[in-house]
Amino acid sequence: MSAADFDAIVIGTSAGGIEALSRLLPALPAALHASVLIVLHLPRDRPSLLADLFAPQCALAVCEAEDKEPLQPGTVYFAPPDYHLLVDRERDGSVVLALSSDELVHYSRPSIDVLFESAADAYGPRLLGIVLTGGNQDGAAGLAAVHREGGRCIVQSPDEAQAAYMPEAALRRGHADEVLTLAQIAERLSRL
Amino acid sequence: MTDRDSSAESPADRSFEIELKLLIDAIYLKYHYDFREYAGASLKRRLLAALERFDCATLSQLQDRLLHDTEVFPQLLDYLTVQVSEMFRDPDYFLALRQTVIPMLRTYPSLKIWVAGCSTGEEVYSFAILLREEGLLDRTLIYATDINTNALARAAAGVYSVDRIAGFTDNHRRSGARNSLSDYYTAAYGRAMFDKSLRKNIVFSDHSLATDSVFAEVQLVSCRNVLIYFNRELQDRALGLFSDALCRKGFLGLGSKESLRFSRHADAFADLVREQRLFQKQDFAA
Repeated sequence: MSAADFDAIVIGTSAGGIEALSRLLPALPAALHASVLIVLHLPRDRPSLLADLFAPQCALAVCEAEDKEPLQPGTVYFAPPDYHLLVDRERDGSVVLALSSDELVHYSRPSIDVLFESAADAYGPRLLGIVLTGGNQDGAAGLAAVHREGGRCIVQSPDEAQAAYMPEAALRRGHADEVLTLAQIAERLSRL
Repeated sequence: MTDRDSSAESPADRSFEIELKLLIDAIYLKYHYDFREYAGASLKRRLLAALERFDCATLSQLQDRLLHDTEVFPQLLDYLTVQVSEMFRDPDYFLALRQTVIPMLRTYPSLKIWVAGCSTGEEVYSFAILLREEGLLDRTLIYATDINTNALARAAAGVYSVDRIAGFTDNHRRSGARNSLSDYYTAAYGRAMFDKSLRKNIVFSDHSLATDSVFAEVQLVSCRNVLIYFNRELQDRALGLFSDALCRKGFLGLGSKESLRFSRHADAFADLVREQRLFQKQDFAA
């Protein structure tokens, strides 16, 4: 796993996710080539403060995704509340962010599966998928799609996850190339 | 390390992409509905769901049924197009309309408003109620358009499940309501029927942002969470229609995460209430 391997990193998490991301995102290097897309389950009826919360901790630009925004390298995008976040390839081959208000998946909008499956289609083997702490099975099918399309899959060790259900479901139904602690994931990310 | 261009898709998936293109072409040729410029990732998800719903193993099977059983297409159209919305969804949007746009609309002796992609009508009734509360409904004509005629018929009926009324009521209250939402409907047998007088000035009409043209000059276009299902080219087409339909200094409202920044029509509009995605048409716009 080296810096040139990935065009995008997708991360999915719910319960305990803010704390986990606080340990991972500051590890991302300023010169990162990949785009980072994150689904963190949140209440659907309030604006999200995630971008404001994480921007000061990160060497990279951090923002909330907007529809049809061309993906920039070295930028962290959070899915907005109450929308699914997807990636689409436009006619000219460029990759853009796309949103949808289609039905909830695993009681969630945004859903990790929706992001991971569309990213797997768009990026194939150039994708790194990471499933972290969380209290439902969202992300398991998505991680399976990342693996099916040749991407690399990391799951947080359920033993240390604040909520073990999500990483356990990902290991059961999805696929993991590595099961790692947050400290180990952060160390991997810092070398990208 | 993998070279980007050698990233071979699995054969099964390549077949899916081919079948998807053929299906969309078949729909266009047979039924004249144009999904060719819809955003690919969401369209794929919906078609995967449709495969389950219609109990088909492949899109080719679905295509066979579509072409030879005309009862299948209207059902599929619901799958591909119907958006479940809420009345007064994003109450802050309607609050901003009341505070910023309505005072300017008051200066017109008569008004025309276009709710584009109205689906089953929740947003249209929200506008009718808001305009009644602001004393403008009687001099307003609302064009409510969608490509799905089933959805339009449901919109015209104005009947919603009472389970949804609590959410609608809360949104309405937060939108700067002047009355109670219950003033506008009667509830019976688990359904809430909205007052007929609200739709006296609403014209429900079959219109496609992908293939049809401008049909009237309007002061306000509201088109929320419709453009997210289009690719950039089709978004540009739709925004061009809105720009052409709007009068000088007319208003445009989009969904809360939709943007003009990535469109070639970005310069045709200026931010009016940035947070609520309310825009105003610029003078001398192309």
